[in-house]
Amino acid sequence: MSVPFLLFFVCGVLAVTGALLLIWAKEPIHSALSLVLVMVSLAVLYLLLGAPFIAAIQIIVYAGAIMVLFVFVIMLLNAGAEEHTDFSRLAKYIGLPLGVILIFWAAYWLLRSPAGGGGVTGGLIAGPDSTQRLSKQLFQQFLFPFEATSILILIAILGALVLARKQE
Amino acid sequence: MSVVPISYYLVLSGVLFGLGVIAFVYKRNVITIFMSIELMLNAVNLAFVTFARAHNQVDGLVFVFFVIVVAAAEAAVGLAVVIMLSQNRQSLSIERINHLKL
Repeated sequence: MSVPFLLFFVCGVLAVTGALLLIWAKEPIHSALSLVLVMVSLAVLYLLLGAPFIAAIQIIVYAGAIMVLFVFVIMLLNAGAEEHTDFSRLAKYIGLPLGVILIFWAAYWLLRSPAGGGGVTGGLIAGPDSTQRLSKQLFQQFLFPFEATSILILIAILGALVLARKQE
Repeated sequence: MSVVPISYYLVLSGVLFGLGVIAFVYKRNVITIFMSIELMLNAVNLAFVTFARAHNQVDGLVFVFFVIVVAAAEAAVGLAVVIMLSQNRQSLSIERINHLKL
């Protein structure tokens, strides 16, 4: 049992635990904090896969910006424990078993699929060219989509402003 | 240094996606449903990064970058919608938000 193997299992178990806690928790704030756990352990896995830049933006944008936004809205709206009414029995008796079947089917299929062949050497420090290659690709081949995302974010800001302002 | 098989990462990604689907159908709070969508996006991102590593190409990482950007924009607009809904309905339960239902 070497370090990358151990790290993979610890982070994988933490991620699955966080996802289960998200389902288990009654209070939205507990769900949000367990989702942060999932995101941080996924960031460690990205480091293990040799993508330090993705790991950094996972922490900064996902665990930082997006989850802070979620926690902020939960606090702002004072969201309490969710109520389960009779209507959600449909989801309970059909949705949950189907979801469990989906998990096991996907796990079985992915374990067997030819795409899963081969191994990944878990080097915590990726080669120095990983981020360099990513940025070259991003600013040369994907330059137009990259510029389009700035317009997307501008539109998102405007939409959030329009939606969340005080209704006259 | 030993090797972690690619299929392990893919299985983890699939399990996380399935848990996201379960959370999506099981949770009754709009904000928590949003969070389960984010969980599914994260699971897909893990698969992208894994394949990028497996095929030694950075295109997958570029895709993850765009997914994160779109998720940020979606979270901003979606949470604004949630704020407006809670102002109008005084509730975050998905069962009280049924304007579009016939």
